[in-house]
Amino acid sequence: MKQVKCECGHVNPHGTVLCESCGRVLVEEEKKKKLVDMRYEGSARRSQTYNKTIIDKIWNFFSSVKVGVTLIIITLAASAIGTIFPQEMYIPTTEPASVYYESQYGVAGKLYYLLGFHNLYSSWWYLLLIASIGISLVICSLDRVVPLYRALKNQKVSRHEGFLKRQRLFGTSQVEELDSSYELVKEKLKKNRYNIREENGNILAEKGRFSRWGPYINHIGLIIFLAGGMLRFVPGMYVDELLWVREGETAVIPETDGEYYLENHQFILEVYDKDKDNEAFNNAIENSGMVAKNFQSDVTLYKKSAETVAGEEPILDKVQDYELRVNEPLKFENFALYQQSYKLDELNKMSFALTNKENNEEFGDLTIDLYNPQDEYDLGDGYKVEVMSYFPDFEFDENSEPVTKSRIPNNPAFIFKMITPDKPDGEVSFVAIKQTIEPFGDNEFKMAFKGVETKNVTALTVRKDLTLGVLAVGGFIFMVGVVQGAYWNHRRIWIRRVDGEVWVAGHTNKNWHGLKREISTIFDGTGINEPKDQSDESDKSIESNSKEE
Amino acid sequence: MVSLSGNLLFASFLLYLVGTVVFAGSIKDKKGREKDHGPNKWAKIGVGITIAGFLSQLGYFITRWIAAGHAPVSNLFEFTTFFGMCLVGAFIVIYFIYKLPALGLFTLPVALLLIGYAAMFPRDISPLVPSLQSNWLHIHVTTAALGQAILAISFVAGLIYLIKAIDHTKSSKESNWLEAVLFGVVCTVGFIVISSIFSFSGYKSEFHWVDNNDVEANVEFHLPALVGPHEGEHLTPEKFSPLVEAPGIIDAKKLNTVIWSLMTGVILYLLFRLIFRKRIAQVLQPLTKRANLDLVDEIGYRSVLIGFPVFTLGALIFAMIWAQIAWSRFWGWDPKEVWALITWLFYAAYLHLRLSKGWHGKKSAWLGVIGFLIIMFNLIVVNLVIAGLHSYAGS
Ligand code: HEM
Repeated sequence: MKQVKCECGHVNPHGTVLCESCGRVLVEEEKKKKLVDMRYEGSARRSQTYNKTIIDKIWNFFSSVKVGVTLIIITLAASAIGTIFPQEMYIPTTEPASVYYESQYGVAGKLYYLLGFHNLYSSWWYLLLIASIGISLVICSLDRVVPLYRALKNQKVSRHEGFLKRQRLFGTSQVEELDSSYELVKEKLKKNRYNIREENGNILAEKGRFSRWGPYINHIGLIIFLAGGMLRFVPGMYVDELLWVREGETAVIPETDGEYYLENHQFILEVYDKDKDNEAFNNAIENSGMVAKNFQSDVTLYKKSAETVAGEEPILDKVQDYELRVNEPLKFENFALYQQSYKLDELNKMSFALTNKENNEEFGDLTIDLYNPQDEYDLGDGYKVEVMSYFPDFEFDENSEPVTKSRIPNNPAFIFKMITPDKPDGEVSFVAIKQTIEPFGDNEFKMAFKGVETKNVTALTVRKDLTLGVLAVGGFIFMVGVVQGAYWNHRRIWIRRVDGEVWVAGHTNKNWHGLKREISTIFDGTGINEPKDQSDESDKSIESNSKEE
Repeated sequence: MVSLSGNLLFASFLLYLVGTVVFAGSIKDKKGREKDHGPNKWAKIGVGITIAGFLSQLGYFITRWIAAGHAPVSNLFEFTTFFGMCLVGAFIVIYFIYKLPALGLFTLPVALLLIGYAAMFPRDISPLVPSLQSNWLHIHVTTAALGQAILAISFVAGLIYLIKAIDHTKSSKESNWLEAVLFGVVCTVGFIVISSIFSFSGYKSEFHWVDNNDVEANVEFHLPALVGPHEGEHLTPEKFSPLVEAPGIIDAKKLNTVIWSLMTGVILYLLFRLIFRKRIAQVLQPLTKRANLDLVDEIGYRSVLIGFPVFTLGALIFAMIWAQIAWSRFWGWDPKEVWALITWLFYAAYLHLRLSKGWHGKKSAWLGVIGFLIIMFNLIVVNLVIAGLHSYAGS
């Protein structure tokens, strides 16, 4: 690898534009320019130096800010398209997605579904876009941070004239009382919290250099965040389950290896009450009807005891009672339970009386637990009811056969066999809500509906997310980096004696207005002229004249 | 307390209005015009009035907070007025850095429009539903609004830049687009004007209709229904009957409001052209004559630089923390969340583009304008049209 030795004696890496030490312009082309490109201190960036192998080409592609911005814009546009219609996870479950989008939104909806936008954010090409941004971040940061670090570390106090002359802020003065001027300037620089280095009567005043690392730190934070996001796909890192528990029921909490159980004592739904709550809400309550105030499950968390014998009923030790509300999840180990949903008054038990149709004489009641029906209910004296079939969530399928949609007793139906001393072979009756069918002709007996017992059911999200820590660290580092880069800036002022004149040049990576104001107070009344802004008025690229590839 | 709060908000509205006029005076003022010697007397008075207005609005915010028992940022009216307040706050801070009166002249009307727009929505103090009962709500919403407001200063700076830098006497792509943006502003005025007129007159018509999912409902229109609901039954036939019916998936009431706002906007715009015989931008141009383009460009960039970290913290990080607590997941690709991400990506792109040559001045000013359009899209369209978890029940 060829190295470039500057006239000042400093050895620079191949590709360097401005000597790291004295700032002399090393590239002929650059000498023709009125102002030097200061963005990365004219350091040797790999992407600007090598372009031979395939690795060079990939490197150069991803290290380009143009490519980075393009990736960001594409991701942005794609994300926007994903919000035109609801994503699949937000559509009602009553219809499959293949039908829903077309039925709701017509042709546009169908197209949306066919192109896969209904599941955009987990599609391979969306993830690929995000991954490319990640790669781009890493490569472009590495491409710049190392040379930038070298250049800032090696910089010398006395900078080459060609370097000073080509700074955006530059001025020369003839000064009479040089020593007292210098002292005054130094004092003022110190008051403005500049670090001052001196060498042969030349000065380099610098402050806020650490802000130059801001972008690199925030990019590291982003990378950690993205990595945290990927961790979710590692088995065991992430749990997302829904747990329905009826009042009075104790259920095993999924994904805890049967270690933890939860008992739901009761579910409470409260709404705002005009008479009891803040009067200021009255208008709003009147206008919008009911407003929910609280969703709460009173629960007890149990842990399986060590004494439990395998194969037998677990022995449960109480861990804690908790009032589980929205915004107040119940946490244990790495898990958290969230109040997610509920169902009020779900059917729980149904009672019937075996009745003679003729004279309405009853021969005993039976109560069926809809979650656990018995096979038969003996009413004594030779009266007996067998449950031949049970459909918790009954409907007729396309062949008019009774089937059940789910195991939840939303619409229970039974086929009973009623055995009586009169009819020892039994009569068959199909009983559903508000509907009785007697498949084999007229029966003598019927199952008269007596009543139902209902219970509230709560739905809790069971969550474990071990990626949160990584994400938090990434987010924190990102914030530190952006703040560092955005709220501070790197300012330098060079003062050099050249042939009886004093040359002054100034540079900042951003916020030129602030630097100019500061410089004007620093040089005011010192006998040294304030440097002038040399950026071309007609060329509005005032920030710097750099060209970013 | 509630009425005191309302009065303070009204007072701040008036003060911003007066402030705008005074800032205009500071620019027209030919006397105290020694170049580069700081703002003149008028500008100082303007800032004073703006600060008074800001304090008054802060009073509104605090009294309403006390009355409600929670920070007033939980419905569209409250959020939008708060956003307006943050905008004024951000302006005051940036004004003291750069001392540019034109910035006040253009920021205050934007704040006025925001507050006026907000006032067209239900102003009742609403109780918080369970998911909103969290301190993170206050922390997240206030920081996000503040971040957006600081970013919005780059829109104001962009407007000033473009109004000054573009030649409005000729029709060109840039001058037409800028005029289109200003026409959008006029339509917002149109919305406020027409809604106020009909709400003062107490206009109401009612329809019964059945939506796409077979849910029956009654809707009340407060503007004459040019467009009626899909197969709606007019329950107040003495009122204006719809000319056309909206298809089932479209909310007829909102569409009707949009049409009225556009019509009023067109009328106002034509009146303007008739009176001034110039484009709006051209009429405004003299007001920017004392603004130095380089300085305006720097203000735009600086406000993005200051606003970006605040926005990231409020709209993404705090939002994720709260979502994790309230909804058990920190991110759910809900439309509002996605649009916060889009806003963030957009300003990240802005910052990176500033690194390249050529993305200063006009181009950067346009980016400032587009960024604000994205923020407004998130505030208006996403809240009112693209329903999601965050959707405010507005009308
Ligand atoms: C969403 C993703 C990204 C975010 C949020 C982000 C954020 C930032 C921020 C806030 C800055 C500081 C800007 C300033 O202070 O003016 C910055 C600088 C920078 N970013 Fe990114 N960035 C992202 C992606 C990328 C990508 C993909 C690339 C690579 C092509 C990239 C390359 C750079 C470079 C070269 C700088 C300037 C460094 C310097 O001035 O020393 N960024 N980034």
